[in-house]
Amino acid sequence: MITVRHISKSFNGKKVLHDVSIDFERGKTNLVIGQSGSGKTVLLKSIVGLYGVDEGEIIYDNIIFNKLNFMEQNNIRKQMGMLFQGSALFDSFTVEENIIFPMDMFTTMSKKEKIDRANFCLNRVNILNANHLYPSELSGGMQKRVGIARAIALNPKYLFCDEPNSGLDPKTSIMIDKLIKEITEEFNITTIVNTHDMNSVMEIGDKVVFIFEGEIAWEGSSKDVLMSENEKLNNFVFATPLTKRLKALRNNSQPI
Amino acid sequence: MLFLQFLGKYFIFQRKVFSKPDNYKMFYKQIIREIMNLGMNSLGIVIIVSAFIGVVMTIQTAYNTSNPLIPRYLVGLTVRDSILLEFSSTIIALILAGKVGSSISSEIGTMRVSEQIDALEMMGVNSANYLVLPKIIAALIFNPFLTLVSMIIGISGGYIAGISTHAVTSDEFIVGLQYGFTPFYITYSLIKAVCFAFVITSISSFQGYYVSGGSLEVGRCSTKAVVYSSIMILFTNVILTRLLLSI
Repeated sequence: MITVRHISKSFNGKKVLHDVSIDFERGKTNLVIGQSGSGKTVLLKSIVGLYGVDEGEIIYDNIIFNKLNFMEQNNIRKQMGMLFQGSALFDSFTVEENIIFPMDMFTTMSKKEKIDRANFCLNRVNILNANHLYPSELSGGMQKRVGIARAIALNPKYLFCDEPNSGLDPKTSIMIDKLIKEITEEFNITTIVNTHDMNSVMEIGDKVVFIFEGEIAWEGSSKDVLMSENEKLNNFVFATPLTKRLKALRNNSQPI
Repeated sequence: MLFLQFLGKYFIFQRKVFSKPDNYKMFYKQIIREIMNLGMNSLGIVIIVSAFIGVVMTIQTAYNTSNPLIPRYLVGLTVRDSILLEFSSTIIALILAGKVGSSISSEIGTMRVSEQIDALEMMGVNSANYLVLPKIIAALIFNPFLTLVSMIIGISGGYIAGISTHAVTSDEFIVGLQYGFTPFYITYSLIKAVCFAFVITSISSFQGYYVSGGSLEVGRCSTKAVVYSSIMILFTNVILTRLLLSI
């Protein structure tokens, strides 16, 4: 479980996160939603320690992460996996080398064990016969799946996904969403996903947190999102013509 | 004030770079990779530039010393001293600042903007140490070698140009090479090569590591890396010359 308590973060005097407190539960897909520029990525990068917070606490299973020294934080980081917005695969490494990299750095596994583990992770994300390809030779969806495979290579306790669907077609987005959900439940990990894709919210969101201008504006389950009376959330959720029609149906008390 | 901030940030970065590697096996692997990338790939340009400069230096010296009162062996001596003292260390370092420096800063800068450095940090890897220290060590090992190659090729180019254009005879050129030779000149040049290697790799890595934005900023940081490295090479050259060759 990851707990965020009263965290604030500013850049050059501009407050990006303001007194944010959230509980992210284990074995569940926790979604952070909000408009572009609302502070989702800053929140995620603060949780994983890529940005230091100005105030507040980030607690990983009763350990206050942001009070630890660099080496202690690194020990906890070894239990994390992260899928970045642009996949962040290492350009100069092949797919297999990308997945083996964390094992090379932090384990004493034999070469065969590492290759077996890499193949297991690649099979898990449905990537076959691509071990020796470079990231530039993969499609966007395949890069994301390799990113997930790399993130789960060391059996993480915590999985973070920053906009996993950005730049992907709807079909591939659904596939990535399902994969994240399945992996979360299969390995019982705490997953936090940043997204502004409403389809993801409805498909995989066990818990949904809505951020508006750096503050938590709403919390609930994916089922509650469409029925909420929160104006800020409604402006975000029902922003497109299609969703506006859904809202009209809702207001007329018709089932959505 | 801004300069002090910049300097402070640079030294904090160096502290991060010069820390214990997370995994020595991976670290040595990276050093070998960087020797191939930064060193071996620079060999070609060093050979070409050194050969042509050696040739031109011989022809120009011969042209400017056509007075019969000036001994012809002076051509060999001038070429030798110019190449040993300045060209093979300083000028080659300036060329490498352009080639290697821009390559390092754009590589690390691209890794920064595409979140690959964040991915390393996320895994618990000290990214500055993993990415930069192997580059510095590779350059420290390889730059003196490139300097020696440049000396040999430059002087050989000058020798071939001298005798093929009949500007100087083989014997005269060799006498010039041997005349009043101070072996310390080679040591001096190699010391400079080591210092310049550190200047180029550390400044270029620093520029790339702290870039933010997109491809435009990566391009800008690459230009800055070359400019700052070149200025620092010239500045270090003055200091080292004063320290090592002062009477």
